[in-house]
Amino acid sequence: MKSLKTFLLILLSVAAVPAMAKLNVVATTADFGALAQAIGGDLVNVTVLAKPTEDPHFVDAKPSYMVKLNRADVLIEGGAELEIGWLPPLLDGARNAKIAAGQPGHVAVSDGLALLEVPAELDRSKGDLHAKGNPHFMIAPSNARHAAQKIAESFSAIDPAQATTYQQNLTHWLQQLDTKLTAWKQKLAPFAGQQVAAFHKSWPYFAHCFDLKIEIFLEPKPGIPPSPAHLAEVIETMKREHVKAIIMEPFQNRRTAAAVAAATGAQIVECAQFPGGLKGTAGDYLALLDKIVDALVAALAAK
Amino acid sequence: MNRRILWGVAFSAAATLIHAENLPADNTLSNALKEISELKLRTDALEKQVREQSATAPAAPVISSGRAYMNAGFDVLLNAGWSTTPDVSSIQPGDHDPSQRGFSIRNAELSLDGAVDPFFKAFANIVFKTAPDESTALELEEAYAQSTALPGDFQLKAGRYFTEFGRQNNQHPHAWDFVDQPLVLNRMFGSDGLRQNGARLSWLAPTPFYAEALLGVYNGQGGDAFSFRNLGDADTNGVTRLYGHATTARDLRGLGDLLYVPRLTSAFDLTDEQTLMLGASAALGPNDTGPHARTQVYGLDAFWKWKPANAGDGWPFVKVQTEVLWRNFDAAADPGAGLPEEHLRDWGLYSQVLWGFVRGWVAGLRGDYVTGNSGASTEGNTPHDEAERISPNVTYYFSEFAKLRLQYNYTHFAVSSDEQAVWAQLEFMIGAHAAHKF
Repeated sequence: MKSLKTFLLILLSVAAVPAMAKLNVVATTADFGALAQAIGGDLVNVTVLAKPTEDPHFVDAKPSYMVKLNRADVLIEGGAELEIGWLPPLLDGARNAKIAAGQPGHVAVSDGLALLEVPAELDRSKGDLHAKGNPHFMIAPSNARHAAQKIAESFSAIDPAQATTYQQNLTHWLQQLDTKLTAWKQKLAPFAGQQVAAFHKSWPYFAHCFDLKIEIFLEPKPGIPPSPAHLAEVIETMKREHVKAIIMEPFQNRRTAAAVAAATGAQIVECAQFPGGLKGTAGDYLALLDKIVDALVAALAAK
Repeated sequence: MNRRILWGVAFSAAATLIHAENLPADNTLSNALKEISELKLRTDALEKQVREQSATAPAAPVISSGRAYMNAGFDVLLNAGWSTTPDVSSIQPGDHDPSQRGFSIRNAELSLDGAVDPFFKAFANIVFKTAPDESTALELEEAYAQSTALPGDFQLKAGRYFTEFGRQNNQHPHAWDFVDQPLVLNRMFGSDGLRQNGARLSWLAPTPFYAEALLGVYNGQGGDAFSFRNLGDADTNGVTRLYGHATTARDLRGLGDLLYVPRLTSAFDLTDEQTLMLGASAALGPNDTGPHARTQVYGLDAFWKWKPANAGDGWPFVKVQTEVLWRNFDAAADPGAGLPEEHLRDWGLYSQVLWGFVRGWVAGLRGDYVTGNSGASTEGNTPHDEAERISPNVTYYFSEFAKLRLQYNYTHFAVSSDEQAVWAQLEFMIGAHAAHKF
């Protein structure tokens, strides 16, 4: 009996030590995950739920995600309904008070951000709108800056002993971001005001940041699959406006995009909203934007 | 207030303009005046925009999650079709299945949910269904609270709800992959599934994979607990009978008379793209054929889903689901009917495959089997013939909020003649769309 107790005690302490040492961070998407890793460094274990290549609106609420959320010290989510189709039942099942809404362990990144395209009225005849505005906000560096700050704030509140480290990492990352941002803006400056096509309305923040016009969509309305009539219209508009690039994400229908590209002479630009969605960008937000900017520049500079 | 902000905006806009355009030195007064009038136009336009925005922005309706205390959604399933038998419930006994030739609405569901306080969330489902004479029946299908802050990884659910037995029993009709319920669920739990007032405690095990243990305690009374304290139907003499044995209504005599529903469930991510979920359930409680008569129902369920890493809109996918249920129904002796003590032992299963082959489209195939009469009389009761049924279907999703399904059922009975049916089902939903569980 006594040996059993000792054994249990040893087991408990072994189990408890690593749990105390690192913050368990769960991010709904890989962009938040990359920032969490940059700010947390060795002090955090980061788990990302949605795969960077899959449609973030339609992620399966796998039971294993419930377990990850159950053990989380921090949850980082968009808070703008991108995850509304799958996160709520996971949180219900996770029964983890630390990451309940309003707790320091629950980071809703869009809190405090002015989202674009907030619908004046909610009307689903206009497609699948998000009541709080367009939730694809992370692909703009200014919003990534806000996210990084919120994440550092949360980490520091939960783990005050390491607050200095988190702040240092934050400052370091923001410096990198600023340097990169200047470079990206320079690269894209020659194409200011140019029209670019995309599959889904995931790019208004990016367009806004880099002074592009991404206002032609292969989807007739958000979440509604392209129809032949709509595509014919898109092709005509693209020809008229000499659009040179179609932004396509890993989970979107390549055949549709290829058909439009063939009909218009535009190039397909492989983009992704999430680090890891393009090769060589796993876990690195800055690398992802590097790739997107370079690919866009290549397409837009083409004759 | 708005006006002051506007003038501020206008002023800074003017400053920027002047700055940016680097006004030439020979600029005349008329040019300046022209600029001012242009600025005035822009200010007016801005003002109009602000006015419009402030007029529409606070329109936070109940359906907008996060902006209201309660989410509300309304979902309708309209059936249309034909079957070879006019007695449709003999081939599709489910209460929310298509119930008659022609059109039927058996599930128009008002769903409400929201946080009660920091400790509970609440859910309610109120169902309207039309009868053949087009009158409407109203049913408090579910109304329950679920704890959010219980320590020790426990969770309490209390109220009225579809019990967590197996996989499909606690799914709502709009989440079903077929227009009707599997036969075995109706056989064991009656036309509406196992749905009771009660409470359940669940515990998430500290394992590296998902494992949850649940124990529910319910009244186990009435038609929604079909195999338990359920009087059954009255015969011509007004005597209520279940499986031929006379039944007597009685109150609870002790905790042993409640219905207990334990369940263990676990899930494994086989790969990044494949998940397997397994479960074992039981429902244990008394029945009304005698003071000591009891019923046990056991079930095993499995669910497997594949979805590639670059799925768009949730497509493509393949999912396979199967459930097997066994029952032991101890029927007490009924001297009046000349029936000795009997033990009805029966079982059944269903298996289904759903293939989301191209965005928006899903093809499905389901096979059903239930055993016939084995060990007890079936007189005056739900059809209890051995049956096999095959159901292919195809569904098109217009969006997350509307779908059209076409299904064919072929049912082979051991005793009765075979029957066929074709059903179309249109689903449309307005308001909040609750997220789907895995």
